[in-house]
Amino acid sequence: MYSVFKDFSTFKRNKMELKDKLLSSYVAFENRVDTNSDVHEIRSQALENFEELGFPTRKLEAWKYTSLNTVLKQDYSLFPNTERAIELVDVKQYFIHEIDSYKVVFIDGKYSSFLSQTTHEHYDVCLMSSALSNAKYKPVIDKYFNKIAKQDNLTSLNTAFAVEGAYIHIPKNTEVKKPIQIINFTTGSEAATMVQPRNLVVVGENAHVQIIERHQSLTSNAVLTNVVTEIFADKAANIDYYKIQDDEITASLVDNSYIEQQSNSVVSVHTFSFGGNITRNNLNFYQKGEHIDSILKGITIIEGKQHVDHHTLVHHIEPNCESHQDYKGIYDERSTGVFNGKVIVEKEAQKTNAYQQNNNVLVSDKATINAKPQLEIFADDVKCSHGCTIGQLDEDALFYMQQRGIPQKEGRALLMFAFANTVLESVRIPEVKQRITKLIANKLNVNIGFDL
Amino acid sequence: MLKIENLNAEIDGKAILKGLNLEVNPGEVHAIMGPNGAGKSTMANVIAGKEEYEVTAGTIELNGEDISELAPEERAHNGVFLSFQYPVEIPGVSVTNFIKTAINESRKAQGLEEMPAKDMLKKIREKSELLEIDRKFLGRSLNEGFSGGEKKRNEIFQMAMLEPKLAILDETDSGLDIDALRIVANGVNKLKSKDNAVIVITHYQRLLDYIVPDFVHVLHDGKIVKTGDASLALELEAKGYDWIKQELV
Ligand SMILES: Nc1ncnc2c1ncn2[C@@H]1O[C@H](COP(=O)(O)OP(=O)(O)O)[C@@H](O)[C@H]1O
Ligand SMILES: [Mg+2]
Repeated sequence: MYSVFKDFSTFKRNKMELKDKLLSSYVAFENRVDTNSDVHEIRSQALENFEELGFPTRKLEAWKYTSLNTVLKQDYSLFPNTERAIELVDVKQYFIHEIDSYKVVFIDGKYSSFLSQTTHEHYDVCLMSSALSNAKYKPVIDKYFNKIAKQDNLTSLNTAFAVEGAYIHIPKNTEVKKPIQIINFTTGSEAATMVQPRNLVVVGENAHVQIIERHQSLTSNAVLTNVVTEIFADKAANIDYYKIQDDEITASLVDNSYIEQQSNSVVSVHTFSFGGNITRNNLNFYQKGEHIDSILKGITIIEGKQHVDHHTLVHHIEPNCESHQDYKGIYDERSTGVFNGKVIVEKEAQKTNAYQQNNNVLVSDKATINAKPQLEIFADDVKCSHGCTIGQLDEDALFYMQQRGIPQKEGRALLMFAFANTVLESVRIPEVKQRITKLIANKLNVNIGFDL
Repeated sequence: MLKIENLNAEIDGKAILKGLNLEVNPGEVHAIMGPNGAGKSTMANVIAGKEEYEVTAGTIELNGEDISELAPEERAHNGVFLSFQYPVEIPGVSVTNFIKTAINESRKAQGLEEMPAKDMLKKIREKSELLEIDRKFLGRSLNEGFSGGEKKRNEIFQMAMLEPKLAILDETDSGLDIDALRIVANGVNKLKSKDNAVIVITHYQRLLDYIVPDFVHVLHDGKIVKTGDASLALELEAKGYDWIKQELV
């Protein structure tokens, strides 16, 4: 094993392409995992996929507006092997610490039992690594692992190296009493770190759960996170999921989330994108029953050269379902945004009600937004609406506020809050809402407590 | 209190105010009348500091201090209030939260602490009762979907909350029915004292029956061309503006 790591450092000196580096490091990876398992079959297959597909380039339609080039040039350490201790006081701010919650915490891709609070009591809130290796979980893993994740470039890459992440399994008729926070810290112990968490969330019939996910680097060393989360909502399940993306400007994130819903289930995902260098959210919903509701909401507030790309997909397969998308974006300086919202309504999916709204404010004339709704509707009795606006802040409203004594900066902030409020409104954990409000205020550099 | 001398202002290179003079002392009420397009709203906006308008000559002094370089919010903090002819709609911000923010930002600028929530509520209750504004109304988005009359009443509610030194009411009476007019005028009168002043821009005598002016000015083609007492307003209502225009030539 040591010799493998030595080889690995030679690669470093020669600065291989990241793809080659990943492929050549696979032997080292295989030394650490059980290669005699069904899961490893899946991994190996995924590696082949990735080998064939490689990293996405702008030649691909889905990546037309997002280039990973500069991000991929970094010389990432793939298996950071120093276990740096983290004091709770240093990271407390990244938790929603005002509430009692379960916590599944990883540091440089490794589970931190010290910062975590897991359970097996009425449900499993624990680790992917133990779920993958423990026979007790095999039926669930067999049934759900990598079953809805796309076999595409980056998801395959994640699957190939999947060992750790959060494993959440809620049996039927169970309400999880407190929210679950999944937090991935990177310590920056290496000059550049790549991590690939793999989460699996299986929620049984009529069960309820709330989840908060965050990726946070603790230094300004480069980080690339390529995370995959598979979420299964059985009949009448209710999942309320929040993604807080407020990372360092040197951290990039590709978030691949796949959600399969059965009849009468409600799954809502809120994505708050404020930080980071390049952030790509691939959020995919597959409706496999009737009377399903899928809710996709997001607030993006970025500046500098930040880039946030939301690629959403809602696949309406059965009749009588709904989907609600509401994405708000505020772009300052030279930042760029992408919103690509795809809705497919199959021929059988009559009485679908699909709603999509994407509103953007360009604060600076150097900022850009590429917005593209993609509706593919094969049923005839459906209600599908989509709207996209790109505007500036209302100067007359700003003057009106200033006239009443609200300084320009605060006035702008108030207008932006008001603009984003339709998304904040539906946040069901008050402490999360408060935190987001505070993050927005920080981001806008104002100190006003709006309770809109 | 307010001293405007030889004010010239333009927008997109088009001269609108052309040598306007006006002096307002504490305790006084001034009415400004004049035909459409004369520059009344422009004058109000320039005093309030709207940046679109370029001041090319002249001075605006408030309490002996030149305010023409101050930002709109700084002028507001110095006691200038403008009741807009066309109040702006701000979706997503409730009347209550807006006025709270306005008051607390003004207090911050004066180095004061935020107003305690209890005092704020009490004040809001008091002033909304004065203007006969329904509680439910205060929870609605600012001016969004308000009728013309509701918007104007809301402007005066904000004025009552902010207690300005110099209030400029730009056609606050238009869009008000007679009952609302009485309520609004009554609100303005309640706030009047020997220390503050009001400039009322209007086309109609009926508001001036309630808010009795000490001076009436006629603004025409960017300057004040005639000044008189309250009786001038009656004369203008009876005869229109043509006779003044004729006097000028
Ligand atoms: N924002 C603006 N852009 C262009 N022209 C303007 C603007 N504001 C006012 N004006 C012009 O200035 C003149 C005076 O307008 P205004 O001050 O609104 O008059 P009043 O309030 O007396 O009716 C009018 O000719 C009007 O068209
Ligand atoms: Mg006017």
